[in-house]
Amino acid sequence: MDDQIDCGDALLQLSAFLDGELTDENRLAIADHLNRCAPCDGARHFEGELRTVIQDRCREEVPDDLRQRILAAIADDAK
Amino acid sequence: MANQATFAEAATPFMGQLLAYARLHFGKIVEPEDLVQETYLNAYRAYGSFEEGTNLRAWLFRILNNNYKNALRTKSRRPVKFEPTSDDDDLEDHYFMSRTTPEDVALDQMTHAMVRGAVESLPESFREAVLLKDVEDFSYGEIADILDVPLGTVMSRIHRGRKLLQKTLYEYALEEGLIATPA
Repeated sequence: MDDQIDCGDALLQLSAFLDGELTDENRLAIADHLNRCAPCDGARHFEGELRTVIQDRCREEVPDDLRQRILAAIADDAK
Repeated sequence: MANQATFAEAATPFMGQLLAYARLHFGKIVEPEDLVQETYLNAYRAYGSFEEGTNLRAWLFRILNNNYKNALRTKSRRPVKFEPTSDDDDLEDHYFMSRTTPEDVALDQMTHAMVRGAVESLPESFREAVLLKDVEDFSYGEIADILDVPLGTVMSRIHRGRKLLQKTLYEYALEEGLIATPA
C-alpha cells in the first residue's frame, strides 16, 4: 500500500477502528499501520482494555422492586 | 405491527441497560428510576406502532432519551452546565498517551466510583454518545438515530468524549496514587 498513514491519522481513527465503523479500505490501512507501529498498537490495546473496564464498572442490576413497579404499571395500564 | 400482550416479555430484558444509562446520564437532574418506568409505559402504549423485527432496544433508548429531554424542558429551573461550544473545541488528542504509556496505568485498579465519576463529569453531549457506544454497544448508526444527530457528529463526540474520559481518569489515577506523578 502506497498511501501509508501516519500516527496522528491512526490515533484519530482508532475509536472508529475499534468500533468496527471504518470502511474496509480505512480499516486495512489502520491495521497495517498498527502492525508496523508499536506505540500505536499499544494505544489500541489500551483503548480496548479501557472500554472493557468502562463497560464493567457501569453495569447495573435492576432492583426487584423497580421491576415489579414497572410491570405493575403496565398491567394496570392494560386494564 | 407488534402485539401489546407480548410487550413485557420482549422489553423486560433491556431494563437493566436502560437503568444503567439513565443513572449515569440523568442521575443528578431527574429520577432515573421514574424515567425508566415512564419509558416502559410510553413504549407499551405505542407498541402498536412498533415494527416487529426491528430494533426494540434502540427504540426503547430513543423513547428514554426523548423523555429525558421533555423532563428537562418542563423543569422550571434548569441547572447550568458546562457544554462545549462546538464539537471542534480544542481538546488535546494525545493527552493521556503523551504523559504515560498504557502499561503505566493499572486499569483494573480503577474503581467503580472513579470510572462512574469520570463518566458523569463529561459534558452531556459527549456523555450520552460514549455511554451508548461503550456501555450499551450500539452502532454509530443506531446512536445517530437514538440521539437524532448526524452520523459524523456521533463519530466526533465518541472520539472526543473518550479522550476527555481518559484525561479525567488519568487525573484520578494520579490523585489516588495509581500512577507516579510525571517528573
